[in-house]
Amino acid sequence: MNEQDRLAVLKTWKLFIKGGFPRSESGRTLPLNDSKGALVAHLSHASRKDLREAIESARAAFLGWSGNTAYLRSQIIYRLAEMLEGRRLDLTDAIRCTSGVSRKKAEAEVIAAIDRTVSWAGWCDKFPMVLGSRNPVAGPYHNFSMPEASGVCVVVQGVAEQHSLLGFLSLVLPPLCTGNTVVAIANTEHPLGALLISETAPTADIPAGALNVITGDAAELAGWVASHRDVDSIHAIANDKIASQLRAGAAENLKRVQILPVDEDFTDTDRWTNPRRLAPFVEIKTVWHPSAV
Amino acid sequence: MRKVLGRGKYDEFMADALAGNSSPTTWEYSPAPETVPVVIPDQTQLYVGGKFVEPRSKKWFATINPATEVTLSQIADGDASDVDAAVSAARKALKPWEKLPASERAKYLYRIARRIQERARELAILESMDGGKPIKESRDVDIPLAAQHFFHHAGWCDKLRYAMPGTREPRPVGVCGQIIPWNFPLLMAAWKLAPALACGNTVVLKPAETTSLTAMRLAEILQECELPPGVVNIVTGAGATGKALVDHAGVDKIAFTGSTEVGKQIAKACAARGTRLTLELGGKSANIIFADAAIDQAIEGIVQGIWFNQGHVCCAGSRLFVEESILPEVTRKLEMRMKTLRVGDPLDKNTDIGAINSKQQLTIIERYIAAGSNEGCTVWQPSEQALPAKGYWCRPTFMTGVQPAHIVAREEIFGPVLAVMSFRTPEEAISRANNSPYGLAAGIWTEKGSKMFDVARRLQAGVVWCNTYNQFDATSPFGGFKESGFGREGGMQGLAAYLSE
Repeated sequence: MNEQDRLAVLKTWKLFIKGGFPRSESGRTLPLNDSKGALVAHLSHASRKDLREAIESARAAFLGWSGNTAYLRSQIIYRLAEMLEGRRLDLTDAIRCTSGVSRKKAEAEVIAAIDRTVSWAGWCDKFPMVLGSRNPVAGPYHNFSMPEASGVCVVVQGVAEQHSLLGFLSLVLPPLCTGNTVVAIANTEHPLGALLISETAPTADIPAGALNVITGDAAELAGWVASHRDVDSIHAIANDKIASQLRAGAAENLKRVQILPVDEDFTDTDRWTNPRRLAPFVEIKTVWHPSAV
Repeated sequence: MRKVLGRGKYDEFMADALAGNSSPTTWEYSPAPETVPVVIPDQTQLYVGGKFVEPRSKKWFATINPATEVTLSQIADGDASDVDAAVSAARKALKPWEKLPASERAKYLYRIARRIQERARELAILESMDGGKPIKESRDVDIPLAAQHFFHHAGWCDKLRYAMPGTREPRPVGVCGQIIPWNFPLLMAAWKLAPALACGNTVVLKPAETTSLTAMRLAEILQECELPPGVVNIVTGAGATGKALVDHAGVDKIAFTGSTEVGKQIAKACAARGTRLTLELGGKSANIIFADAAIDQAIEGIVQGIWFNQGHVCCAGSRLFVEESILPEVTRKLEMRMKTLRVGDPLDKNTDIGAINSKQQLTIIERYIAAGSNEGCTVWQPSEQALPAKGYWCRPTFMTGVQPAHIVAREEIFGPVLAVMSFRTPEEAISRANNSPYGLAAGIWTEKGSKMFDVARRLQAGVVWCNTYNQFDATSPFGGFKESGFGREGGMQGLAAYLSE
């Protein structure tokens, strides 16, 4: 049968929670159109309960993921890069499908995204050396400061204007590499790159719950993220309205918030592989012990 | 039940030990008051644009000595227009201060550090008079550390690019609004000012309402050191003054130390504009004593943890978790040690526990002690020593029979009141220590290194003191996890709050 005669299998992309792929408990779906406006798939339209379950799953996975050796976390993220390398064509198509960019441009983004994953894999066992210190206090004490994962991070890619795949990984990897567990709300209009990553994650041995990916109405979900009490940090692309909503909600339990503009340029490798990107997702812990008897 | 301690066998034991004989002896202290006179003006001004100016509000309020209830001075009550003038002065000073060669900026900070050292005696006395803290603490802790903060940060001025990995030319944030608490008045001013200035920012500082005197003395020092006008502006006042500073559109960054409740209000106020913010807030820090600890050292650590500065310490070790097998021994030794603490005149060099900072704070503390008693805790307080007739006093207190759900185990008391609880396994100690919205500090007492590092790793706290407690240093970052705030003060990591990429 010819391609044009064949009825395509219209996929409904599911949520990625606790290592599994449930539909939204609400039963809601959203249509996904390609750049020309044709229906190409359906997305699960996550409800507040789905978001809560994703956050619970991230919380449950936190001690395990952050308690792993940095070497193991590094290998798992590198494994993700290996898996993505094998899916370059799928990822290129995913980018082109909804954005309509040229094949050349999409391929360049995929390559940059995979290379970024490799770069962050390498940071796992190095950021404590760069951000930590041994402090020469004025007394007989051994004193050192080390960065630690702050807990559950919610990534809101929501309304980002460009680079849906590179942007998604750039937002997710800094918290993940440092040992945070992540709930990511994919780009509403260009979610396919993020969803392909969610389908790749289990085969890269990312433990269940360490990374969760949901799709839905970003503005609606952002409001629920802001007021959720068991979220430690937020890494969001947001317009002014969503940004102030996130910050105001975050004030309730003092979530750490990093907001980026909707036109953030993720192709700036220097900026997006910089250890300074880790600041919102780590807490500096300082330990003292007497060093004289 | 309120247990009032009488003269028991432990007193006799202590007295015997001290006297070196078998017959009970009393050991009296003679008064040893600090005698250096300090001149306090009847009325203070605001420090704006390098000048001492009258508040535009034309209002003043009294600051008292909490140990005598005598009015020390009238403090200028800055209003929104005063804050506005201060922010304008800071804005005007920003460019030239930022453009000054870093090595020159450093020299101003070194000068300030030196003058604080040289005027340490005067500052210590003033701090104890205005705030109620024992002179031995203001003399040996507050003022020397304040000087160290300026000295340490002075050296950072020309080395900032080494402090922030991945940043070639770090730049200041701009005009910083800094609001500080009353528990360590000059020290908190130093913690805030030194890194801000080192990074090239200009500042409007709002001291706490009850403790403005040393901040205004610091303004004199800044003037003496010829710090360019407007680089630091000090606007005294109460909550409304602080709010005016937080709400001012010309402020690029807010740094606040104080209660979690106010911190959240400030976070909300900063949300709309996205003003940069660091918060150092409340705590209910856990001090965990394992059975394999050096018990006598641990007892000293508990004392230092909860009764230092009348317990007016955000990182006070106010929840004591004792391994069950040693609970009787720890309680007994703590009771014995508590009775040796001397409550009274903050200016007496022998005083261990000074005056509670304000009548309002004393009422809060007393309410918590009553709440603990009502919830069925046993309240231990030495009752023999007479308290001065005037002033605000609270005896050192600990409570046993405390359950995790009790108010005294959950809420920050900010007074000399310790909640004692027991645990059976390290797992239980860690999960109960972490079961709090706060995460400022923690203490661990054990002689077993592997256990210590394991517990230190798993505690959610910004500072973990192992076999010690309440140690501070300019090179050591301080700040909390969770609802104890975000950002660090001190050390290399503390600079990030005052730099932009």
